[in-house]
Amino acid sequence: MYKFFIILMLTVTSLAAAQTPEEKGYAIALETDNRDKGWEDSSAAMKMVLRNRHGQESIRQIRVVNLEMESDGDKGLTVFDEPRDIKGTAFLSYSHALVPDEQWIYLPALKRVKRISSSNKSGPFMGSEFAYEDISSFEIPKYDYLYLRDEVFEGNNCYVLELRPQYQYSGYTKSHVWIDKKEYRNQKVEYYDRKNSLLKVQRFTDYQLYLGQYWRAHTMTMDNKQNGKSTTLYWTDFKFKTGLTSADFKKNDLKRQR
Amino acid sequence: MPISRRMTLNVSVKTLGCLGLLYWPFSHAQAYELTGYISGEHRYSLSNSLFSEPEQHASSVAFSPEFYTEWDEGRQSLIISPFFRVDTQDVERTHLDFRELHWLLVQDSWELRVGISKVFWGVTESQHLVDVINQTDLVENNDTEDKLGQPMINLSLFQSWGTVDLFMMPYFRERTYVGLNGRLRSALVVEENSAKYESGAGQRHLDIAVRWSHSIGEWDIGLSHFYGINREPLILLNSSRTALIPFYETMKQSGLDVQYTFESWLWKLETIRRDTKSDTFTAFTGGVEYTFYNTFDSNLDVGVLAEYLFDDRNSESLASFENDGLFGTRFTWNDEQSSELLFGLIHDFSSNDAGWSVEASRRIGNRWKVSLEARFYNIKDKNSVLFPLRKDDYIQLEFMRYF
Repeated sequence: MYKFFIILMLTVTSLAAAQTPEEKGYAIALETDNRDKGWEDSSAAMKMVLRNRHGQESIRQIRVVNLEMESDGDKGLTVFDEPRDIKGTAFLSYSHALVPDEQWIYLPALKRVKRISSSNKSGPFMGSEFAYEDISSFEIPKYDYLYLRDEVFEGNNCYVLELRPQYQYSGYTKSHVWIDKKEYRNQKVEYYDRKNSLLKVQRFTDYQLYLGQYWRAHTMTMDNKQNGKSTTLYWTDFKFKTGLTSADFKKNDLKRQR
Repeated sequence: MPISRRMTLNVSVKTLGCLGLLYWPFSHAQAYELTGYISGEHRYSLSNSLFSEPEQHASSVAFSPEFYTEWDEGRQSLIISPFFRVDTQDVERTHLDFRELHWLLVQDSWELRVGISKVFWGVTESQHLVDVINQTDLVENNDTEDKLGQPMINLSLFQSWGTVDLFMMPYFRERTYVGLNGRLRSALVVEENSAKYESGAGQRHLDIAVRWSHSIGEWDIGLSHFYGINREPLILLNSSRTALIPFYETMKQSGLDVQYTFESWLWKLETIRRDTKSDTFTAFTGGVEYTFYNTFDSNLDVGVLAEYLFDDRNSESLASFENDGLFGTRFTWNDEQSSELLFGLIHDFSSNDAGWSVEASRRIGNRWKVSLEARFYNIKDKNSVLFPLRKDDYIQLEFMRYF
């Protein structure tokens, strides 16, 4: 019996060793993705604090609703409450893994819904240090994966993966992601610009568990290492499985978001 | 979909409540919202007016609150949004309008809107041919982007094959016109309360409209038909030849608007066929917008747009865009202050007349915004409807405070 266990362990170890860093990276990403499936729909509020080099702050208040789509990217509706001059502006997105996302914006002063180009992946979201691609829905085919190493980060045993974007117009050559082994949650991401130098570092803190399965970071901070600016997102009011359907993510729905 | 979390302005609601202004039969509804803005602007015209009355300086303040409440788990809502402007120069520009005052009922596959509302149709930037529901509030800005609230019953039906909007409009809104003391006027001005109608029902003519719109992949398409009073009147001389009077004909108009979105390109087309007693004509606007994202190693986006405007109506006095081109550049800095700059040039290929404009805006703090607007006209064609505007170049600065 004891011998059997030894043999079994050897087999498992050698199987693991046979896995290439690409395969292992992919497997970890897949597990991360699988653990976050089945939430159906979610809504949350977010306060965004932008800080410049001199420590001056500006605030944005945003609400976000998402619909999980099987075998496609999620649908998302974002509504702006602050600053007041853009209050009621709403943004609708049908994201896709590799073909371009479909996006519309609603301008309340003109009552106009405008289809917009989704090529702008690397541009800043609302003047912040978060790019559109940093906050878009995570889909497995968007990246190539490489397992780099194990590392303890702030007391968490983590896998460190390298992700290389496979979609067009990314502002990054690669990113390094720290994922804790226990719950498969992102702890830190380092983004490298097109010249392959470190551009930004994102931290995920204040994780809380919802419906016994879904971990959500309530604070996300993005530090730009090149311009000294930072942006912190404070998330509240997470709700899941509220019964939303595709009908709640129509172009027409943009017009009456409050 | 009701997003029920909102900023509740307790203070404002309590104040209104104390004044006895608020009584709602639905006791459990607690979601009220009072927002809006107040703005002050100053417009300086670079030249003396061609006419004796208007001056070079004009100041103005505008106030536009918006009251909103919803109940029935967000399925029903009420919005009241008046707009009020006081202008030092032109009494015609001092005006009050309800941009919105309607009740909305939202169901899974349909929506019903009853009251005064504002609707936008179309895709192009230089002019909005298919957009005929709301009347133009011309005293606000002669770019025709500002609209008056339109009383309507609007039923929207949502199907897998698109959205169908049905409109019944029981009351017509007359276009606003600059008065004797205002800049951007013609030699004779439009007489107040002088409008004439082809239809015996006058302003109470029941206008109807239907629109189908859909998104299919990269395509956004709208097809519309309108039967009712033409928002654009014929301009006639009064009997004593001392003033102008608007004559509103009844029209049938079919419209098509299409946008094709591919990578950083937006291809746009709007076309209409309009049938009135005096004329039947076709018009279209077509063009392209391309955006260079994150240019010059920065977050600056630079968009360039070009549109061609065509119109084959008989009346030269109405068709100011019969063979024209728009060229524009949009700079978006994507900074904390949302700084923007739009430069536009409209050129008439037939007469070589041109007009160009600059619009810039920037947020200050979280509650203020400053905008700069400048317009310059180069008009030599004596037959052009725009000829009286040739000395009306202006620069305007506006500060807005949002609450």
